Amino acid sequence: MTHRYTWRTGLLELGMIAAAAVFAIPFYVIINLAFQEPHSQQSAMVPTLPPNFESLGIAWGAGGLGAALLNSIVVTAVSSVIVIAEAALASYYLARATSRLSRIASVAFIGGLMLPLQLATLPLYVIVRNLGLMGTLWGLVLVYSALFLPFSIFLYTMFLRAVPIEYEESAQLDGCGPLGAFWHVVFPMLRPVTMTVLILNGIGMYNDFFTPLLYLSGSGQQTVTVAIISFVGVYVTQWPVVFAGMLLASVPVLIAFIAAQKQIISGFAGGLKG
Amino acid sequence: MARSAATRRRRGQFVPWWFALPAIVVFAVFMIWPSIDGVILAFQEWDGVSPERVFVGFDNLKDVFSHPVAFGAVARTLLIAFALLVTRNLFGMLLALALNTRVRSRLLLRTVFFAPAVMSSVVLGYTYKYLFSPSGPVNDALAGLGVTELPNWLGDPELAIWVIILVISWQTVGSTMVIYLAGLQAVPQEVLEAASIDGAGAWRRFFNVSLPFLAPAITVNMVFTLITGLRVFDDVYVLTGGGPANQTQTISTLLVQEAFEFGNYGSAAALAVVLSLLIAVLTAVQFKFLRRQRGLS
Repeated sequence: MTHRYTWRTGLLELGMIAAAAVFAIPFYVIINLAFQEPHSQQSAMVPTLPPNFESLGIAWGAGGLGAALLNSIVVTAVSSVIVIAEAALASYYLARATSRLSRIASVAFIGGLMLPLQLATLPLYVIVRNLGLMGTLWGLVLVYSALFLPFSIFLYTMFLRAVPIEYEESAQLDGCGPLGAFWHVVFPMLRPVTMTVLILNGIGMYNDFFTPLLYLSGSGQQTVTVAIISFVGVYVTQWPVVFAGMLLASVPVLIAFIAAQKQIISGFAGGLKG
Repeated sequence: MARSAATRRRRGQFVPWWFALPAIVVFAVFMIWPSIDGVILAFQEWDGVSPERVFVGFDNLKDVFSHPVAFGAVARTLLIAFALLVTRNLFGMLLALALNTRVRSRLLLRTVFFAPAVMSSVVLGYTYKYLFSPSGPVNDALAGLGVTELPNWLGDPELAIWVIILVISWQTVGSTMVIYLAGLQAVPQEVLEAASIDGAGAWRRFFNVSLPFLAPAITVNMVFTLITGLRVFDDVYVLTGGGPANQTQTISTLLVQEAFEFGNYGSAAALAVVLSLLIAVLTAVQFKFLRRQRGLS
């Protein structure tokens, strides 16, 4: 462990930058192709100069994609709020109570982290169909409100176990009921975890493909990941348009990544460290 | 201690049980019950529509191991999971070690290597499908190097599976790296310096000092890689759709095909049960093995 920047560190730095450049080629290709003109046959590796915005225009105007983008954002937002409400309340109980119910529920939720969705998929498909929610965004929200619970509860309870109880006690002395104490005292303290849960769940929901493929395909409603499949089918002879569409579909998640990079990375490391 | 027990009792009294009710009900109705029903379904024959579900015992599960396509999918899923264990942990660890030095651009490099983890696998899958298409950039580069027999990467059953493994490794190595970086922060600098002064080289410092501190990170990375690897669906669906000739079919892609294309819900449920058993057994083995390793070190 040398504390100076030696020539070996410099060599390592050069090597790492070269590795990162190779690693980032797919991103270069996505962006570079999105700015080629729609019927261009030029190599994906040659920089597109000056950038051409025609492909992005076509992709933006192509009916399905904009609506799908909106659907993805709505489903992600609504499901996130529901999951946070469910998980924060339940974790508060699970972290504080010592009853048998609390212990059984804790074990079930942690076990849920390992449970593959595939096992529940077919019966769940039938339940959603019988509820008449097939092909609707509500069906998706319903599935997410259960699917993302274990991970969120896991993060919340870990954090809550470290929070001293005195805050709530003083709230109680001030005449707060349990719900009041939760809303005015506990939930505000949970803000850092809530941010992490929100971002990690949001990325997971926005990028999810398996669930919307089963519950939405064939219907008029689509999310971005499913819409891309048909989008590629339509524009398969015009790769620049395909990549322009995929770039547009990635914009929300890239904005989130740039804005909250630190939180995402530390949430990822911290959440899994358990 | 007595105080903390009393405190805990007070905590329990203050938070009412119905706080957990919404989560418990939703989770029980939409995850736990369907999972149990999924296990029951594995012993039945059902087309997904008719009111009758016929009990067939272990027939569906036997089919998974006697039918070449289903058995191939199980074997291939295991291959993918084990290959990912190697690639993600090897390269994730190397990247973390390199970025844990005085390298100046480490924050930028961390961003680059982590970025694929936040992108949709559908977008990334199509990007790789384009890169590895018969006349795509990869083959262009090979042609430029003078290779005359250009491979059809995704159309060749022998090669396609390795492209899939490459894509998933590329996509997820950043998340492994981040967890190893967090683990490396637990290694005390003084001990490393002391070892260095005592003449321990980089290898010895890594194996004798850092590695024991990295044990929790290794466990987490191993377990999560295994689970992600066994569940693999998106990348296969986009890159090959399970083809050519079912040669890249995995448990999840075959499950979807069996149920929603062929209407064999029972067979599909049997595949899901096999997948769950693999996850349960292999995770338990990993935990046991890794704990013993930690005990030794």
